[in-house]
This record gives sequence, C-alpha cells and structure tokens, in this order.
Amino acid sequence: MPTGVPIEFAHLTKSFGNVDAVSDLSVVIEPGQVTGFLGPNGAGKTTSLRMLLGLVRPSSGTATFGGTPYGRLASPLRTVGASLEAASFHPGRSARNHLAVYAQAAGLPKTAPDAALEKVGLSAYAKRRVGGYSLGMRQRLGLAFALLGDPSVLVLDEPINGLDPEGIKWIRLLLRAMAAEGRTVLISSHLLSEVQQTVDDVIIISHGKLVHRGELSSLDVSDSKQVQVNADDRDRLAEVIRQAGYQVSNLRSGVLVENAEAAEIGRLAFAAGIPLTGLSQKRTGLEESFLTLVGEEGSL
Amino acid sequence: MSFFAAVHSEITKLLSTRLWWVLALIMVGYVALCAGGLGAIFGGVGSSNNGPPIPEAQLPQLIYSFATSVGYVFPVLLGALAVTSEFRFQSLTPTFLATPRRGIVLGAKVLTLLLAGAVFGVIALIASIGAGASVLSAFGIDPLLGDAETWAFVGRSVLAMALWSAIGVGLGALVPSQIAAIVIVLAFTQFVEPLLRAAASFTDWSAQLGQFLPGSASDALVGASVYTMLSPSSVSLDWWQGGLVLAGIAAVATVIGYFTSWRRDVS
Ligand SMILES: Nc1ncnc2c1ncn2[C@@H]1O[C@H](COP(=O)(O)OP(=O)(O)OP(=O)(O)O)[C@@H](O)[C@H]1O
Ligand SMILES: [Mg+2]
Repeated sequence: MPTGVPIEFAHLTKSFGNVDAVSDLSVVIEPGQVTGFLGPNGAGKTTSLRMLLGLVRPSSGTATFGGTPYGRLASPLRTVGASLEAASFHPGRSARNHLAVYAQAAGLPKTAPDAALEKVGLSAYAKRRVGGYSLGMRQRLGLAFALLGDPSVLVLDEPINGLDPEGIKWIRLLLRAMAAEGRTVLISSHLLSEVQQTVDDVIIISHGKLVHRGELSSLDVSDSKQVQVNADDRDRLAEVIRQAGYQVSNLRSGVLVENAEAAEIGRLAFAAGIPLTGLSQKRTGLEESFLTLVGEEGSL
Repeated sequence: MSFFAAVHSEITKLLSTRLWWVLALIMVGYVALCAGGLGAIFGGVGSSNNGPPIPEAQLPQLIYSFATSVGYVFPVLLGALAVTSEFRFQSLTPTFLATPRRGIVLGAKVLTLLLAGAVFGVIALIASIGAGASVLSAFGIDPLLGDAETWAFVGRSVLAMALWSAIGVGLGALVPSQIAAIVIVLAFTQFVEPLLRAAASFTDWSAQLGQFLPGSASDALVGASVYTMLSPSSVSLDWWQGGLVLAGIAAVATVIGYFTSWRRDVS
C-alpha cells in the first residue's frame, strides 16, 4: 500500500509583475488526513499548487514532497496525482486515449486508463470524445487522471466544483478512504461549506498569505450558540423565550435564539404548551470565523 | 527510459485525434491533382510534336516532385499544430505532470514529428507518383519507375518532408498562438516565399542568398521542382546542403522556442 509523503511549503513566494500572488507561505501537510486549502478567489491557491507541481517557477522558496521537488520525483504520476481547475485536454480525444497518452508517458501499465475510468464512474463514456463532456464529467476525468498511477499523494484544485450532490457525496467518501489508507490528500476550495464535511485540517490563505492553520474544529471559535425555532403562534413563542431571559430575533422562517441549547428551548415551549413546528441548533461558527479570517475585503 | 516513453505518448497523441488523417487526405487530393494535371499538360504538349519544353527524362521527377513542392505545407502544419494545440487546450499541464523534464517532451515531439513527416512524405509520393505515372504512361512517356535515380529522389523527398514537419514543431514552439502559427505557415509558404524566390533571382548576389530560403533548400534537397524549372538559371545548393539548411532551421527554431515559450510558467 502506498504510504503518504508530507507536502512541504517553505517560504514559498510568487509575484506576477507587481501582484504578490503568494507571499512567504510555509506549511506542512501531513499524510493520513484530508487537508483543505481554503481562501477566497484570487487568494493564491492555484498558484501555490502549480508551484508545488513544478508548473510555475517560484520567485523564491520551495515546495516539495518530503524534500523532493516534483521535477525530481523518480516516478511522478505514481507518487503524486494531481488535477488542476483548468480543463486540460484536447476536445477531439476520447477519455480513454486522453488517459492512455499520459499513462504511456509515465510508463504505467496498459490497464491503468480503464481502471481509472472505472474508479470515477466514466467507463460507459470511455470512447466518447471529451469535447462533448459535461462539466461534472470533465471534473471526473480530471480526477481519473489524478488516480492513474495509484499515487500516495493527491493534490486536487477545486475538485468539488461542478459535481452534483451524488458526486459530492461520492468524492467525499473516496477522499476520506484514501486518507484513511495513509495517503496525503490536499484539496482546495473557496468555500468552507463545500469541504467542511470532508476535511480534517484546514489551511486558510488570503492575499497570498497564510492566515490560519489547524484542525477544522479550531475554526469553531465563536462561543455563541444559536437555536432556530418556529411555531404557528410565533409571537407568543418569542415572548415566552424572551421572558426566560434569552435574546431573540425574528427570522423569515421562525425565531432565532442566541446562546441557547435546542433542548432547553424545546422544554420551555412544552411547558408553555406551544406546539413547535421546527427546532434546530445552528452552527454558524465555522463559516463566520472563516469570513473573519479572510477579511471582509478578502474576496476580489 | 523516459525519452522513449515520451515518444510513445507523443505518437498516441498524434494518432488519437482526427487532425493527421484530415491533413493527409487534403494533401493526397491536392498533390494528385497537381501531378496528374501537369502530367497531362506536359504529356499532351510532348505528344503534339511541338517539341517538349522539358526533356522526357526529366519530366517524371518534375511531376513526382509535386509531393514536396506543393505538399510540404501539410507536414509543417502537422508539426506546428502538434505544439500549438498543447498551448491552446492547456494540455501542457498533464503533459508536464507526466514528464516533468520539459526538454525530453520537446525532443520526443521533434522525433515523433520527424517520423510523421516521413510518413506524410511516403503518402504524398504515392499520390504524386500514382497520379503522375499513370498519366505519363497514358501519353506513352516512360514513367521511369525502374530507374535508380527515381528512387534516390523518392528517398530525398521523404527526408525533406520529415524535416519540414520538424520545422513545424520549431515554429509552434516559437509562436505558441495557434491562429498566428497557421497564418504564418500559410502566408509564408503560399505567398511570401514564392515572391522572395522570384525577386531573389533578379541579381546574382540576391540569388546567392535566395538559395538559403527554406523552399529553395527543400527543392535543392529533393533535386527537382516546378520552381527551379521556371527559373533554370538560378543557383542552387547541393542536395545535402539543402538538407542541412532545413535541419538547421528546425533546430534553431526549436531551441529558441524551448527557451522562450516552452520553459515558461504553465498557468
Ligand atoms: N499567470 C498569471 N499572470 C498574472 N497574474 C496571475 C497569474 N496567475 C495568477 N495571477 C494572479 O495571482 C493571484 C492569485 O491567483 P490564483 O489563481 O492562485 O488564485 P486562487 O486562489 O486559485 O483563486 P480562485 O479561487 O479564483 O481559483 C490573482 O491575483 C491572480 O490575478
Ligand atoms: Mg484557483
């Protein structure tokens, strides 16, 4: 079984003219877990990953796989599987031939393309020209390319973009399974909510700089717990909760209670004889602290 | 060996899209039409007893040489498109991920396109000899198919087509924009160079320079062409010198292209 290799960014810097796309990024990504590489549009995620893969030359600093730069890996596709956001294929080529081209270049077995297509569920479309593929099928083909060499490290740029709910669930399970096997899995996204259920660790960058690094739960710094609750007689419900000493505000679809536990609010309503039509605990902490970290002006 | 793996991959790239056979098909039609048409004209002139403008012994090679004199643009296009489509469709990303050493990729492309150009040469010669020889025979002129000199000419023509294809690779690396590369190939081969060759033949010193134009060098390598027939007095390189000029152009363009576009950031 392939054992993962850590990905190491050390003082990685890239400027395009006077745009500092990535500034002094230093971070290590460990094997055995899924790491989310997050940041708003233009934060420098793609540029960092392209430097890691030897496609873009850093202005300074290094990005390596356990100390070895991509270009010096003995067998790159067997070590690292990567898919980048851009659709990188000739539209006139079939999916199988597209993969065969790179399997041959990397000296992989003849069976590798079909095996990879099988893994991503594209076997039925193997002979179809890629130009006619839908966005989600292209995304899967990109993933098939990444899986070609059964690599011990996966580097995926926005892999969830364009997938349907079924596909999102599938890729989530796949990535979790690969991490559980001890591989290194790094996925980028500009939406925390998109990868929230997939990642163990997060790296957040904004304007090319590292702003946070830690476990997913470390983002949940907000100590305010909110409960959303609803009833047919919404005004009376709000009154009862307010009298119990909670801070209440009205939403379109119910009442929002600050600093509360769902169980406690449920008991209050029961005691007052108000039948509830909805009750849920809201966890707004993650997304909010993400937005705080990248700043209001974080997005382009 | 990663070089031969890269060549294997490049061959698959070339054969797995429709480009090669579309180009080959147009080339066959064009070359056969020119060779058959001119064969009929010269054959007809010769048999009408007005005195042929060209000795009968030279006529077959002249007609067969349409394979290169009009066919060479096709291997150039094939080579140029093989490179520029990698830029256009951003397939340099997976290509360089599979083979991070970019020099190996470019070298493999040159070798693959040399082979493909040679195959195009064989196809073009089948078209020109097939059409030309049957027309000549119909007019009672010996197509000289048993002649050793004819087969030496065939060999030099195949070499010329292979080199033209490598020039296409160099051009594609030098001018990665697909549209620009196609415009340059068509404008230069169909318009600029014929004019330059005509203009160069006016004075002695310009004729000395003119023989180094790629089209003149190619005709020198092949040993026969309608162009040289139209201006028989003009100077010409030896066949091997013509081959070296073509190889030199391909090498210089490829090396400059490597240092300019090929090593750039892929983003
Ligand atoms: N080739 C280039 N030339 C000039 N500027 C570039 C180039 N590539 C990226 N940039 C700039 O570098 C910055 C970072 O871009 P990058 O694509 O890495 O962001 P990203 O985090 O991947 O964004 P997104 O979420 O939109 O994909 C941007 O300001 C972008 O405009
Ligand atoms: Mg990006």
